[in-house]
Amino acid sequence: MARMKFLCDADRCIECNACVTACKNEHEVPWGINRRRVVTINDGKPGERSVSMACMHCTDAPCAAVCPVSCFYTTADGVVLHSKDLCIGCGYCFYACPFGAPQYPRVGNFGSRGKMDKCTFCAGGPETDLSKAEYEKYGSNRLAEGKLPLCAEMCSTKSLLAGDGEIIAQIFKERVIKRGYSSGAWGWQTAYRETVAT
Amino acid sequence: MARYRPLRALLALGVLCLVLGLAMGLEGGLEPGVDGGLALGLKLSWCPPALAEQPSSVNPTAQSVKEQDLLKELHKVQGRGSIPDTKSYVIQQPAGRDWRQFHEVTLRWIGGITILGMLALLLVFYLFRGMVRIESGRSGRTLVRFNGFERFVHWMTAMCFLTLALTGLNITFGKELLLPYMGPQVFTEWSQWAKYAHNYASFPFTLGVVLIFLLWIAWNFPTPTDFRWLREGGGIIGHEHPPARRFNAGQKVIYWVVVLVGGTMAASGYILMFPFYETDISQMQTAQMVHAIAGVIFVAIMLAHIYIGTIGMEGAFEAMGNGRVDVNWAREHHSLWLERQIAKGRVEEPPTPEGSPAPAE
Repeated sequence: MARMKFLCDADRCIECNACVTACKNEHEVPWGINRRRVVTINDGKPGERSVSMACMHCTDAPCAAVCPVSCFYTTADGVVLHSKDLCIGCGYCFYACPFGAPQYPRVGNFGSRGKMDKCTFCAGGPETDLSKAEYEKYGSNRLAEGKLPLCAEMCSTKSLLAGDGEIIAQIFKERVIKRGYSSGAWGWQTAYRETVAT
Repeated sequence: MARYRPLRALLALGVLCLVLGLAMGLEGGLEPGVDGGLALGLKLSWCPPALAEQPSSVNPTAQSVKEQDLLKELHKVQGRGSIPDTKSYVIQQPAGRDWRQFHEVTLRWIGGITILGMLALLLVFYLFRGMVRIESGRSGRTLVRFNGFERFVHWMTAMCFLTLALTGLNITFGKELLLPYMGPQVFTEWSQWAKYAHNYASFPFTLGVVLIFLLWIAWNFPTPTDFRWLREGGGIIGHEHPPARRFNAGQKVIYWVVVLVGGTMAASGYILMFPFYETDISQMQTAQMVHAIAGVIFVAIMLAHIYIGTIGMEGAFEAMGNGRVDVNWAREHHSLWLERQIAKGRVEEPPTPEGSPAPAE
């Protein structure tokens, strides 16, 4: 089975935020929650780079490790998902996550954050695939339809890659060899304990 | 009218040339005074100067940021985003891993050793020493040790403490100790309520800590008597009873633990309850670590307090129960305090054999 990963090629990202918009629209993500966002490093300076970041679906995910109610699980595709029925909104996953992926519907005073929401790699949740309940809680399940995450599909410069980790690493590697430079496979070392050798 | 047309057209063309030429002249860095028409003519025949000035090969990564360099230097990757949530501008903070290690491994060891260690210690002590008896037996005469308000404050704080301790331990140890028996649904339901109980019990608890601080501060400064009491092991280890005032050195330690550790718990707890107001993620992690370590130490020390107040010592519980203690208990454990209470005439006379006080003549 393929091990799903994200890879953002920052040398191609033009900070258009189409991935963010695509994600919000596809999953009807509520106001204030951003499953994906684009951040520009050294903004306005020579050599600035923009990176589109969401849940990286880590190997041995820290969020799953610290969750006091063990509401996370990893699918056969290596996608890290969680159950909103079990989440108590304690906020610990946000403290442990290296990528700031977990989102909460409210600010969180008095522990009233609400159920955590994050990128599902367009793979829904524990409910029956493509059911109404699944859509309402987690958004659409494109993986069950045989499609890849919409953010990467929509990416105009194909900066954001999503899919089988080995295939996207190969695409990235070929690009880097051809063009001769790279600012790195952002987040890979932290998320997957390996990087793409270029 | 018709014969003027060519002239007009020529005029219009001239103006157009002038404007265009001026604009291009400015762009190309030429003096605005140069004849527009001429400039336009020259520009059109040449290749655009902007392109000509570019170097033939470009290295777009010459100054580009590299992920590995940023992580090495700053231990996180941060930039600027376009959404109001400024926390989201940090795209990588591998420090979360250290916090995970603390929460999942270190804290469990610290908590396990501290709390189980204290329980083991108390058990061993109970098996060897047993309950500390009132050696001269009960006198039947009592005096007030804690008034109603003091007892109310104590029990309000104690109830909150028990709630906070159990619900707090649930967050760290619940998934190992309760989840396998409760099942995910029931455990989530309980943990959800436990979380709210933890948050809201904190307010009366904090009030209790403040009141305890104010109520008993006068009797809790260390005195020379305390050093003698400590040297002699408080009479609990041996069978001697060193003198003590209203609070002995052991009780003073408990007092300061409640005030200082309780205060730390409240402060770090409120930071956690109002996340990201004045704190960033690493400060939130630190607040949680302080809260957790202080919490398990607090629980362990309070276990000793509960032990000595119940099965550890005869006649101790009633001090906080109905507020009155036996005179002989007071003589053995708080001799100096008893002397002053007698001098003030606060000791109740023993009941007459008939069971009613003799009528005054």
